[in-house]
Amino acid sequence: MMPFIPVLLWSDILLWLLVAVCIAGAVMARRSEHILTSWRRIAGSANGMAALTVLAAFFLIGLLDSVHYRPRLAQQTGVSISAANYGVEVLSLLDALAAPLKNNSEKTYSAPLATRLFSKETIEEAVVGTDGGTAAGTDARIVRDYPRLIYGGAHLGADTAGAGQDMLVTGLIGAALGLAVWLVMAWLLRAMLPDGRGRKSVLATLAVLLLIFAPLLALSTHYHVFGTDKVGQDVFYLTLKSIRTGLLIGTLTTLIMLPAAVLLGILAGYAGGWIDDVVQYLYTTLNSIPGVLLIAAAVLMMQVVIDTHPQWFATAAERADARLLALCAILGMTSWTGLARLLRGEALKLRELEYVQAALAFGVPRLAIMLRHILPNVMHIVLIAVVMDFSGLVLAEAVLSYVGIGVDPSTISFGTMINAARLELAREPVVWWSLTAAFAFMFALVLAANLFADVVRDAFDPRTRMSP
Amino acid sequence: MSEMLAVTDLAVTIQTPRGLARPVDGVSFSIAAGEVFALLGESGCGKSMTALSLLRLLPEAGSIAGGSVRFAGRELLAMSEQEMREVRGGGMAMIFQEPATSLNPVMTVGAQIAEVLGVKGEAARLLGVELLDSVGIPDAGRRLDEYPFQLSGGMKQRVMIAMALAGEPKLLIADEPTTALDVTIQAQVLDLLDDLRKSRGMALLLISHDLGVVAEMADRIGVMYAGQLVEVAPRDAFFSSARHPYSKKLFAALPDMSRRTSLLETIAGSVPAPTNIFKGCRFADRCGFAKSVCGSQAPPWVVAGEGHSVRCHFPDAENIAVQQLEEIRQPVSSHAPLLETRELKLHFPIRKGIFKRTVGHVRAVDGVTLALAQGRTLALVGESGCGKTTVAKAILQLLRSSSGSVMLSGQELTTLSNSGLKPWRGAMQMIFQDPYASLNPRLRVGEIIAEGMRTLLPGGADKQKIATLLASVGLDADMAGRYPHEFSGGQRQRIAIARALAVEPRLLICDEPTSALDVSVQAQILNLLRDLQQRLGLAYLFITHNIAVVDFLAHEVAVMYLGRIVEQGTVDEVLRNPQHPYTLALVAAVPSIVATEGKDKAPPLSGDMPSSSHPPTGCHFHPRCPRAMDVCRREYPKASQLSATRRVHCQLFL
Repeated sequence: MMPFIPVLLWSDILLWLLVAVCIAGAVMARRSEHILTSWRRIAGSANGMAALTVLAAFFLIGLLDSVHYRPRLAQQTGVSISAANYGVEVLSLLDALAAPLKNNSEKTYSAPLATRLFSKETIEEAVVGTDGGTAAGTDARIVRDYPRLIYGGAHLGADTAGAGQDMLVTGLIGAALGLAVWLVMAWLLRAMLPDGRGRKSVLATLAVLLLIFAPLLALSTHYHVFGTDKVGQDVFYLTLKSIRTGLLIGTLTTLIMLPAAVLLGILAGYAGGWIDDVVQYLYTTLNSIPGVLLIAAAVLMMQVVIDTHPQWFATAAERADARLLALCAILGMTSWTGLARLLRGEALKLRELEYVQAALAFGVPRLAIMLRHILPNVMHIVLIAVVMDFSGLVLAEAVLSYVGIGVDPSTISFGTMINAARLELAREPVVWWSLTAAFAFMFALVLAANLFADVVRDAFDPRTRMSP
Repeated sequence: MSEMLAVTDLAVTIQTPRGLARPVDGVSFSIAAGEVFALLGESGCGKSMTALSLLRLLPEAGSIAGGSVRFAGRELLAMSEQEMREVRGGGMAMIFQEPATSLNPVMTVGAQIAEVLGVKGEAARLLGVELLDSVGIPDAGRRLDEYPFQLSGGMKQRVMIAMALAGEPKLLIADEPTTALDVTIQAQVLDLLDDLRKSRGMALLLISHDLGVVAEMADRIGVMYAGQLVEVAPRDAFFSSARHPYSKKLFAALPDMSRRTSLLETIAGSVPAPTNIFKGCRFADRCGFAKSVCGSQAPPWVVAGEGHSVRCHFPDAENIAVQQLEEIRQPVSSHAPLLETRELKLHFPIRKGIFKRTVGHVRAVDGVTLALAQGRTLALVGESGCGKTTVAKAILQLLRSSSGSVMLSGQELTTLSNSGLKPWRGAMQMIFQDPYASLNPRLRVGEIIAEGMRTLLPGGADKQKIATLLASVGLDADMAGRYPHEFSGGQRQRIAIARALAVEPRLLICDEPTSALDVSVQAQILNLLRDLQQRLGLAYLFITHNIAVVDFLAHEVAVMYLGRIVEQGTVDEVLRNPQHPYTLALVAAVPSIVATEGKDKAPPLSGDMPSSSHPPTGCHFHPRCPRAMDVCRREYPKASQLSATRRVHCQLFL
């Protein structure tokens, strides 16, 4: 009997499929000199490689969070051995790795690295020096103070005076470990990457990342490095979990939108005539409806469908996942128009080029012309659009969740964190840490994606490419 | 003569990713007031860079590395940017090759001229009218309020010249001023430049690759090669006895009548990259007569005559391959036509409004009747926009004709469906004008050539066949694995020819296959086409505006004007003795390198070709025709058969 059963969420399947496609694409690209030259330009760019390193770190976390399973519950006496019970809660590899973060929930808000709660509460304090065994109620004193956290700095015991020193030591140990990891990675990368600005920049970025995160990780075993939220959940854990949601929205939406955009765009541009009219009519209509309104309507309808069919989903996680996918699909439906318009224009131009005319003179079928002559020559636009759209979609999720039409409330995402921060900012004193943590992570992700998109565009856009 | 411009040892360097380039490397020349000095050479020789450095308008990565430019007694290279701005426009002005992109499309002509003049209001208008008048633009007052898109190419170039003249420059730099224009318009613009120079005493630095243009215009000529001048000579000396092997080869590469029975001289290889470090003579690799000293020692300037000097170790050697070429037998021709078009018409509807109602037609091709026999070449000539390419596409059934017939080996093509056409696709193929746009950059050469074979040949494509094809167009078999961007323009055109030959066509339609190429490369392609015709018995429909190429390659000529054939016949008939006034003007407009003094030339055609959506009533040519009669305005002339092979559409011969 297995200690767990794997759970395959739809979004996991799609995400891993995407990874497989990317690997297959890389293998194919190795054979094409054109694409390889462009990627070499990216590999030689300091900005691009730094952004790629940051993105890779995000993707690593996201992928760890995309291997799901249900653990077997501990055997209870009186229950037959043969029928093993598995928990209804779906966990991921990241949950397992970050188990202390996930499980060490406090009662409510606590500031980053605090050992006590954020607000005063009425607590009973046992009076020291009385005999044990007598009625506690009579010997307890009622005081109003900041209660001691259950997990934050628990190893220090009641005396929290040494907390600062302990944090410094733990942090330094973490930094030292980070340095060690960096040395190993640097040695590995030396063999993998060619010498140049690209590799230097990867190493520098890695050093910065490790110097920030190794101490954080070391500290997070004993403290809540980013504090806790209203129900006492560790904010660091929440931000880590948000990464997957952001990545999914950014990548799956593009994946859903791409076939429509590429097919319709090229078809409209190449075929012309009534096909062009229909496609143009379609995207002009879609574009003229306010995007948020359309998305809100679709999300609300989809929510009703999901809520009225509870039998479709075995666990809450599956239901939340369905809602996430539906959101991706809805965002995809409304965002293909821009790329389709670009591709239509490009196909219109390519259609008149002489190599297409030459193919026509050979009687090559139209479909083959589109596949052999048009598609490969617009792929750079597709790639650039995909990378550019990614950051926009991550931000869109945050906005939609903020207005309450985004992901399922049980799904942890930057949007839901920011949404929760609405009330926190209204408190006095202000609870600033969840918003800050969400903001910092999202900022890093979007900035890295944007920088990378710029570099990709420079490398693949024939207008900026120098003649070989 | 006073020297207006004296350039000594001018050197320009440009930082490139592949190292320091020296596009101009020690150029010295001078221009006297009122003189026309021409810089001649193939593309990539540094002609334009020289011109730009005179104005100190180099691209950002470029800088002037040394030398001196003295203009009207002042050293330009020592001037501040402020002073330099006064020289530009006021002292020297420049006009560029592409008039279409030199004007701002959202400003009226008047506004753009006023900007250059630096005055406003009524004064600007008066000056503007005066300037447009001086460059021969009729109805100048109205033209001032028009936008560039309302002007034709020749008109735009005139406006550019007017703007250059606004500052009353003493030296006008014209960088390939007529390359983008048709011959008849080119003749107008060259005439204008010559008149302006004479009336204003302006000096002219003319940059051109066209020996004909240079022969018509220049007083003195400097031949540039790989960033250096290699020969400087007065016009007559240059055209009668050029001394540098490069100059001689340029002459020998020109196609014309006298070389019909031989192959053209070609220059092996290509212009060396400006990043090269040279030791000996820069032309040594391609010279064919280089001796050991040429490879090791840079040649000195040798005086070869009055004002004629040449940079060569052996200027007196008879170092040109004098027609060691085999005599070419005329190919046997059967008289049953391979291709025949009858009254071929192709009208594009002009649609307007939401219901796309047809409000008129662009009569791109309006009744073209042609016949072409196996192994023969028919040249289709005419100005751009007259419908030549549309005829080609209609023959290939890439565009379906509106009416008329296209017969290939007796089979009517216009009525066949796409699948019915398939067996005939292989019989006719096309070579396109722009070798950079005609090959898919994402496919390997082998895949490009295999495309047609895979679709049309039962055997499909195999490596052996591709290798044979590449060899037959003079390329190596191992080039099949490379991408188009690794090849030069001439090599690409060879690949395009190999692709067309792959499906074993009998008819090859060549749409200006050499107009994007340099003279020496053009010669290679023309030789190749000639050779292929001999070996494979191909028929060519050769579309061109270059009369010299027609003279060299074609057996018959059809002259097209506004969608119709106005005159057709054998090459000798049409080119030696043109009858239709349009043919006459077209032939006369071609600049010739033979001495032009005293030759009575027909005046260049006035005006532009009308639009084919609103062709003139009667004879299409009558608004431009010097011999137009009343009847010409009323009815289109029927064909008059002047001889067994010759037909003309003109009232004069009815």
